[in-house]
Amino acid sequence: MSLMSLTATELGRKIQAKEVSVKEAVEAALSAIAAKEETIGSFVTIDEKYAKKRAGEVQKQIRDGTLKSPIAGVPVAIKDNLCTKGIRTTCSSRMLEHFIPSYTAEAVVNLERAGAVLIGKTNMDEFAMGSTTETSYFGVTRNPWNTDYAPGGSSGGSCAAVAAEECSYALGTDTGGSIRQPSAFCGVTGIKPTYGTVSRYGLIAYGSSLDQIGPIAKDVSDCAAVLEVISSWDRKDATSIKRQDLNFTAALLDDVRGMRIGMPKDYFGEGLDDEVKKAVLAAAKILEEKGAVVEEFDLGLVEYAVPAYYVIACAEASSNLARFDGIKYGYRTKEFDGLHQMYQKSRSEGFGQEVKRRILLGSFVLSSGYYDAYYLKALSVKSLIKREFDKAFAKYDVILGPAAPSAAPKIGSSLSNPIRMYLGDVYTVAANLAGLPGIALPCGKNSRNLPIGLQMTGDCFQEKNIIRAAYAYEQARKERRI
Amino acid sequence: MSRQYETVIGLEVHVELATKTKIFCGCSTAFGGAPNAHTCPVCTGMPGSLPTLNKKAVEYAVAVGLAAGCEITKDCKFDRKNYFYPDNPQNYQISQLYLPICRNGGIEIETGDGKKKWIGIHEIHMEEDAGKLVHDEQEDCSIVDFNRSGVPLIEIVSRPDMRSAEEVTAYLDKLRLMIRYLGASDCKLQEGSMRADVNLSVRKEGTKELGVRTEMKNLNSFKAIARAIENEKNRQIGLLEAGKGVIQETRRWDDLKEYSYAMRSKEDARDYRYFPDPDLPPVHISDAWIAEIKERQPEFRPEKMLRYQSEYGLPLYDAEILTESRKLADFFEEAAQLCGRPKKVSNWIMGETMRLLKEKEMEPEEIRFSPENLVKLIELQEKGIIHGSVAKEVFEAIFENNADPEAYVEAHGLKSVNDEGTLRSVIAEIVKANPKSVEDYRNGKKKAMGFLVGQTMKTMNGKADPKLVNEILSEVLSE
Repeated sequence: MSLMSLTATELGRKIQAKEVSVKEAVEAALSAIAAKEETIGSFVTIDEKYAKKRAGEVQKQIRDGTLKSPIAGVPVAIKDNLCTKGIRTTCSSRMLEHFIPSYTAEAVVNLERAGAVLIGKTNMDEFAMGSTTETSYFGVTRNPWNTDYAPGGSSGGSCAAVAAEECSYALGTDTGGSIRQPSAFCGVTGIKPTYGTVSRYGLIAYGSSLDQIGPIAKDVSDCAAVLEVISSWDRKDATSIKRQDLNFTAALLDDVRGMRIGMPKDYFGEGLDDEVKKAVLAAAKILEEKGAVVEEFDLGLVEYAVPAYYVIACAEASSNLARFDGIKYGYRTKEFDGLHQMYQKSRSEGFGQEVKRRILLGSFVLSSGYYDAYYLKALSVKSLIKREFDKAFAKYDVILGPAAPSAAPKIGSSLSNPIRMYLGDVYTVAANLAGLPGIALPCGKNSRNLPIGLQMTGDCFQEKNIIRAAYAYEQARKERRI
Repeated sequence: MSRQYETVIGLEVHVELATKTKIFCGCSTAFGGAPNAHTCPVCTGMPGSLPTLNKKAVEYAVAVGLAAGCEITKDCKFDRKNYFYPDNPQNYQISQLYLPICRNGGIEIETGDGKKKWIGIHEIHMEEDAGKLVHDEQEDCSIVDFNRSGVPLIEIVSRPDMRSAEEVTAYLDKLRLMIRYLGASDCKLQEGSMRADVNLSVRKEGTKELGVRTEMKNLNSFKAIARAIENEKNRQIGLLEAGKGVIQETRRWDDLKEYSYAMRSKEDARDYRYFPDPDLPPVHISDAWIAEIKERQPEFRPEKMLRYQSEYGLPLYDAEILTESRKLADFFEEAAQLCGRPKKVSNWIMGETMRLLKEKEMEPEEIRFSPENLVKLIELQEKGIIHGSVAKEVFEAIFENNADPEAYVEAHGLKSVNDEGTLRSVIAEIVKANPKSVEDYRNGKKKAMGFLVGQTMKTMNGKADPKLVNEILSEVLSE
């Protein structure tokens, strides 16, 4: 049995107990990668040399007794939109194919301080724009459960790497569901924390007001432990929030008695795959059996979340991605005549289709004459959606529903119809618009043996509610072998 | 013909704030570092970097707003102004469009004929400066220096309340002085820490509607501004008189050639796609903070001028000159309080100090000598220990090295010789050597006396009391 089939915290405990060395852990990850990468394609960059060097340093600190973190020495994969000093960070784009940052993202700094050993950078949809990891310049990532299927996206590389046991856990980012949806498709667990909980410094922005970094792991316990490590108040990120309640692992309780769980009726209507519906309702039943109060309710404005999300995310993206102009860093076209053409050709050649589509859409909704009708309207929808959730959380501790309308799609079936792809985000984008924490975890498999994901959403700063409910469900799922 | 036209002018004034660090990162704002020495991932627009607001910049902006009688926006926000240009590392500038920090103020100006006029201020907003492009002709390439990128600016947007170059100059002068008094900026037009764009239109006198305006850029001195206004006014009147319309456009002034040319017209005006910057939460400016800033506001020039006249009995002219810079005014007050002879202090500042500043191309802020030493010099004069040209010589030493005047006079043997015997024998020599002048004097040409006093002082190397020399000479000549 490979050390990679252990959870991150299990492996961490063995390392602390000196039963396993950091070197052994790292070698286990690297040999898993060597064996599986060709079929899965989770990584853009694997830095063996750096991983081995880090392994030595971390081992020394563990031996000294200066590193006691539950994840010290445990190999981690990082989504390739998080800057890593000295290791190229591409956002899976031709634009940044050779870009080597001069600094490390704060969340990764926090991980490394706790002794995490970075083994590589994972594939993603280009600039996190996409739901399948098929828009990557470096090729698709395949779903480890069935390689004809997509892993979801945009954190598809991170989720596939965890599912394929190429690493113990990973970091992903979630702007409209990019942690939760691929976690569901790959049968792993992922948390998008409350906006402002994890510093965005060093995360190459897609939609700044929506982006959050979060853990992707084998189970709820790992996610809670990793989230504890990466969360911090950071002066370098003005949207970062000072919180005192970051002891997420304290919520790992197998007890949901009295917890109030609401299921939005609109989440179970048209468009939801039957098998997914059954699995999610079965999960709700289990929570009810364990003592939670589960009921259906009307969550308003569900149908407006996707359009509002795409307007806001694309508007911000059109501005965030303006810096990639071929002047200071990144791809520059070979031949050009004058500045204007250099911009035009560099950006036309450096960005892929989906990125260009979203930049155009974003530029359009911010243009004079359209700003009020689209961007401002979307902002007011955003605040109305937040109000709907406020009403819901006055009654419920957790909102439960599917993470996606179906299980993973086949590779090659999504990009031709972007509108359909966008509508697939219906269950996840609202949490980003309202800044809420959400978790996705497995709740069974469909008839094609592909994982189905359950999603729980909590009120702002109430990660502990979703961690507790998810943990309790997970215990039942393991017992019942669902 | 042009008398039938009225010129309508509004200004957009950019002022670089005097913070030590940039507006959205910790890099130094110091001038003159090696290219890109004062840069970091934030001010070079590296992927993943985020801006964080410099509180001091907000404080300066509020201070200027309060001094200009503005309302302070308690919850102001930053917006992104999107446009591509290589001096702008993110290809958007962080500025304020929707909720600028200050609004609805104004200042009173005074024009030459003593008339007072109110110039409205529409808004003041905060923004970041861009980097600098350097075109290398030899290498045939452009390179960019981001040292200025992210230096905090405020843009003060006036209402179209000015009607002449004179009013514009008075407004700018007033604004500049006020901001300097606050210490919020040094406001140097030549160095670009203060930049003014002139929006100008003309209309037939008596009309209510505004004419089509142009915006003039690249105005680097008060003189250039005045010349550009005159030129643009005439250009627009010329167009209208010829039956052509004025085109709304941005123009660039060439002060050497004294003409302007169109940069871009309204048709190809950029759509900046402004939207609120999601990286920067709204800035809350509390009443307590505003009160604190208000508390620290200095006494401004108009009040100072009045007080100098009433408290120190200075003429208006002196009060005007002394308050031209806060440093000068502070210096004056310290010295005047030390020695109790305000007019004497004022004379030294307005005369020799200003002369030397001008000669050495220095700003009053660069004055290095202490009020104490100036006061000592005045006392040496009062006691008759030194006089006239010697005092000036001593002052130069004070100005240069903050020399102690007593020690300097001692070391250089500059004390006046007031021993009557010595003076009488020197005067006897002078009288003897200048029989012509003596004769002229006796024939009623009283001017000849001045010449003889001068000769005596020269022989004494200035080290004599001119009054005493005068007395002795009159006595000798009337013998």
